[in-house]
Amino acid sequence: MMRHLETIAIPVGAVAVSLVLFGVFITIAGANPLEVFASIYRGAFGSWFAWQDTLVRAAPLMLTALCTALPARAGLIVIGGEGAVVVGGFCAALVGIVLNGVLPPLLVISSMVLVGALAGGIWVGAAGALRHYRGVNETISSLLLNYIAIALLNFFVVGVLKDPATLNKPSTFPIGDANMIGAIGESSIHWGLGYGIIVCVALWFLMRRTTFGFGVDVVGGNVRAAQLTGLPVGRLIVSACVLGGAAAGIAGMIEVAAVHGRANTSLNAGYGYAGILVAFLARHNPIAIIPVAILLGGIRASSGVLQRAHDLPDATTLVLQGLIFVLILASEALYGRIPWLQPKAPPKEQPVMQAKEQPKEQPA
Amino acid sequence: MKRRTFLKGLASVGVMGAMGEFGISGAFAADKVKMGFIYVGPRDDYGYNQAHFEGKSAVAKQDWIKAFDEENVPETIEVIKTMESMINLDGAQVLFPTSFGYFPHILKIAEKYPKVMFLHCGGLYDASKHPKNVGSYFGYIDEPVYLSGIVAGHMSKTGKLGYIAAIPIPQVLRNINNFMIGARSVNPKATCNVVFTGGWANPVKEAESANSMVDQGIDVLTCHVDSPKVVVETAEKRGVMCCGYHTNQATLAPKGFLTGAEWNWSKVYADYAAMIKDGKTIPNLVRGGIKEGIVKSSPYGASVSEKAKKHADEVRAKFMDGSMVVYKGPIKDNKGAIVIPAGKEYKQTDIWLESMDWLVEGVVGTTKS
Repeated sequence: MMRHLETIAIPVGAVAVSLVLFGVFITIAGANPLEVFASIYRGAFGSWFAWQDTLVRAAPLMLTALCTALPARAGLIVIGGEGAVVVGGFCAALVGIVLNGVLPPLLVISSMVLVGALAGGIWVGAAGALRHYRGVNETISSLLLNYIAIALLNFFVVGVLKDPATLNKPSTFPIGDANMIGAIGESSIHWGLGYGIIVCVALWFLMRRTTFGFGVDVVGGNVRAAQLTGLPVGRLIVSACVLGGAAAGIAGMIEVAAVHGRANTSLNAGYGYAGILVAFLARHNPIAIIPVAILLGGIRASSGVLQRAHDLPDATTLVLQGLIFVLILASEALYGRIPWLQPKAPPKEQPVMQAKEQPKEQPA
Repeated sequence: MKRRTFLKGLASVGVMGAMGEFGISGAFAADKVKMGFIYVGPRDDYGYNQAHFEGKSAVAKQDWIKAFDEENVPETIEVIKTMESMINLDGAQVLFPTSFGYFPHILKIAEKYPKVMFLHCGGLYDASKHPKNVGSYFGYIDEPVYLSGIVAGHMSKTGKLGYIAAIPIPQVLRNINNFMIGARSVNPKATCNVVFTGGWANPVKEAESANSMVDQGIDVLTCHVDSPKVVVETAEKRGVMCCGYHTNQATLAPKGFLTGAEWNWSKVYADYAAMIKDGKTIPNLVRGGIKEGIVKSSPYGASVSEKAKKHADEVRAKFMDGSMVVYKGPIKDNKGAIVIPAGKEYKQTDIWLESMDWLVEGVVGTTKS
């Protein structure tokens, strides 16, 4: 119970301190911090409209955050979410175009999810495999794979797969209105949010309640120990990368199937990079990604209100995101060091005390 | 117990927030024209977005206009949310989503808000397909680009020009061709190298391309990307001349800046505001060039010769009286095929020019990125 208190109190405290620092920054920038906080709240969570705005922006972040979080559990720092979104979205769009009208919409959407996940999984899995089997730094290779993905998308979208009707914004042919993912009930939130929550919960279960997840955590904790216990280290590392990439690939598929209806350069809108921030804030815990993505989605949603009501630049919310990021990372050093958050010494520890006292008597 | 008080606190803040909302909207005078502007990049990019921001700032000075804006809005579902937020929270009557890729998103919500006018920059408005409260506006910026080409043709010593462009779409190809035809009207042997960077904001590639062009002996650079800042600054650093685009970049290159093609959005936005104030019907399609005041040239840089100025001013006068035709045969493409035979001419408004997929003779490069 007390351990849970610590894991909640420290990040919440870090966010609170970053809000105070942000208030100082706002004051220096010449605005009233209390009014700005009220506007952030109004723009992010102050009404049903604001909530829809926040949740729509949070949906892709949940999936792209997994692309960094899962490999991180195996000890890899992967920043290839953007590339996986692009490749996943592009391949899903191809499947949608080919199967449009051939299969019923439910099967088309299912195939798009599968192919999007597969493409994203292979993309990031390649970075994991290069790391494990060839010793290539996964951070660099996954970053460079982002550029390769964007270049391939540009090549196909401007070239052979271009819909001639899209003159000044080259895009592929549409996947067809029937194959689009709709909104949840009467809201304006598309079902991408549902995919995000389901995938986060499923991967949390996989990582926390199965031997596979335990194995990945052991590899992330100490590769040598994992090898000595006979764990299939390479397979675990590559699988974690494939699963993370698959999540980001689904994010790309949702951008195509719920928002654009075709693939174009709008796939490369920065969700992959925003997901890295979410993953670190959630300390790579798939279930914690859900609230953190909503928090970040809310901050992004409130940016517009800040710009319009207070004449602050868009970068203001980047400053807030940056402060939260740095303070959360710095606060990791506090685990186990704040006395009143520690569990009270259980009786089990008494023998240890005795053992320490015994040597004093011996020299006599 | 504690959790309950916390929730109560939250609820009361929510009520206060809602009251604040009504308070603010009530405080705005009802007769003000409320205009919302949305940019895909930063307001101060020395380029496309800054040009729109300058237009917005100019109309915002009027006391009967309330103008507000939002920068860095991606061409995804986020722009839908931004537009709805401007309508619901700020009471926007007219929205200017200024990026080309916003158009499909506008069409998704326009029918839901019939009282709001959605005016899109560069969109392909089609009265038979699109709702009445959607419109589009754009300018023939290739006219001032042609004038830049004339100045570049006069000033270049090597006769080698360079064009750094984003992607090979008709709009971009038309600018490149106008620049080349303008330069060749001065120096028939002039050539223009083209590099497509593959994206609208790709500063690293823009700098690399600019440097490699200077290394090849090119002495006038220009560009068609969202922010010409990198190309113009690189040209200045390497001691070559440059022509600007979108807005005035003279301050970035005090020595080498020749002239540039600029948008004049302040006029367009002021016209729209006046129409709304007077209760006039807003036209769904607004187009125009130098004559209509939608585009203009940047003031000449200090180094531009009198001869070049005189020549460009003469052609500008022809654009003003409507007698100037750029696409007049015979015109060959850069593979040697005749695209416009002798005697044939395409006026500025000709729809054929809007699907351009070729580069004119003298341009070194292909339409593949």
